[in-house]
Amino acid sequence: MNYEEILSQKTQAIKFSGIRKFFDIAASVKDVISLSVGEPDFKTPFIIRKEAIKTLEKGKTAYTSNAGLESLRSSIAGYLNETIGVEYDPKHEIIVTVGGSEAIDAAFRALLNPGDEVLVCEPSFVCYDPLIRLADGVPVPIETKQENKFKLMPEQLLAAITPKTKALVLPFPNNPTGAVMRRDELADIAAILRERDIIVISDEIYSELTYGDEKHVSISEFEGMKERTIVINGFSKAFAMTGWRLGFAAGPAPIITQMLKIHQYGIMSAPTVSQYAAVTALRECRADIDYMVGEYDMRRKLIVNGFNEMGLECFEPEGAFYVFPCIKSTGLSSQDFCLRLIEEKKVAVVPGDAFGECGEGYIRVSYAYSINHIISALKRIREFINELDG
Amino acid sequence: MNKLVELLRKNARLTNNELAVMLGKTPEEIEKEIAELENEGLIIGYSAVINEEEVDRNSVTAFIEIKVSPQAEHGYDDIATMLAQYKEVDSVYLMSGSFDLSVTIRGTNLREVALFVSDKLAPIDGVLSTTTHFILRRFKEKGIEFPLIEDDERGMVGP
Repeated sequence: MNYEEILSQKTQAIKFSGIRKFFDIAASVKDVISLSVGEPDFKTPFIIRKEAIKTLEKGKTAYTSNAGLESLRSSIAGYLNETIGVEYDPKHEIIVTVGGSEAIDAAFRALLNPGDEVLVCEPSFVCYDPLIRLADGVPVPIETKQENKFKLMPEQLLAAITPKTKALVLPFPNNPTGAVMRRDELADIAAILRERDIIVISDEIYSELTYGDEKHVSISEFEGMKERTIVINGFSKAFAMTGWRLGFAAGPAPIITQMLKIHQYGIMSAPTVSQYAAVTALRECRADIDYMVGEYDMRRKLIVNGFNEMGLECFEPEGAFYVFPCIKSTGLSSQDFCLRLIEEKKVAVVPGDAFGECGEGYIRVSYAYSINHIISALKRIREFINELDG
Repeated sequence: MNKLVELLRKNARLTNNELAVMLGKTPEEIEKEIAELENEGLIIGYSAVINEEEVDRNSVTAFIEIKVSPQAEHGYDDIATMLAQYKEVDSVYLMSGSFDLSVTIRGTNLREVALFVSDKLAPIDGVLSTTTHFILRRFKEKGIEFPLIEDDERGMVGP
């Protein structure tokens, strides 16, 4: 049977991501120490796990309503009000999804008509481009630059907008660069979008992991922006709940209603046990988040300093748990750097070009690892750099 | 909470440089702070957490509950400080509850620990009774989990 003819052209044209490809290589080498994964090294706080166990013991194993448990949607509304100061109606403006990724997928499918353009800040999470294509949209990358601290600049946005622009993906705090958009910078972006019918898909999955005294800011906070913004967030990163597969979207009712249709036919409802546990997460885990953020912050400083000391210029990230050092000084491509690092020193990091072409010349290094692990990995990378020079 | 103390508690081998970077201070400041902690007796020493049974398969560690009759004037201090002087003794604590002193003893084999209890500990004046508990397996010590219990199970999973 000729599967190529049978299978969807659109789907076949989508490639597995550069992260996946690289993980496959790393998995084949023995005794690799990794700084590559994109999930917390912390376990889900115990109180959340206990709530899940209790839920199972009580036999709450049925579907929930399609949009998610009412108590969870109310808690999410409360959480958003508390953290970004925007009020969402839990009945019509919030939907609970299977991770942030499902919410992103549903948002594209709810918004896009064939040929619609979606502006995507790059480097960024690998899922936007393929999901836009699967929804018949056209991804239009906007390259954020190191000299701008990998932030989206207003002039770049203006230059990229065409009559076909339907949406903007605003992924901050950013994976892989660690960049964040501060209040005044978002104000400039909001000023441009406010006059236009462009929807912002604001992927704020790393919002809690924002370092320094200034808190995370969402573009939906700005005047006229709530009606133009779908806020995507979830429990994976902030609460160390990646395996629970739970995220959410908050946005204008007409958009959420369409997303709900897609969700209801494709998913039915997000995992019930996870939803009950998530209510506990939102209500009782502020101290756990603060502890984890404090730990990440120390590691962040340690790893940035480590790369700068070995001569790999490293932008100081202000969010998420990645650093994105520049490796251009080695003369190697991102791919070659990572392949040789894994072969010669058995350290796995992810080539920057996996996150968009403009990530070439960089590597993504995760610091969701213990301090000891980071120190020994840095030592190996330093040896690698020294041997390259020598 | 003192972050420096917390970091050292987990890993006393972090360099002043590493500590300084993580805490946003200079290595000199760290050096000074550690010296102060030591001088004030807040940090009284540094030691490695050893996977004893891996180092020596016959090695034995025991917790011994001791009941003693407190002495006039000195209470439990005399017996406790005397016990602390034995090289076999790792820790000595005065406890609340159904016994008085808890002593940790490490020996190169079972017999050595047994003899220590019968020949050295039990005959001490004031020791009323002892109960010896042997460690069968270590899971966590000084905040550090022992290896092989749980590896990093995060797979290299990604979209």
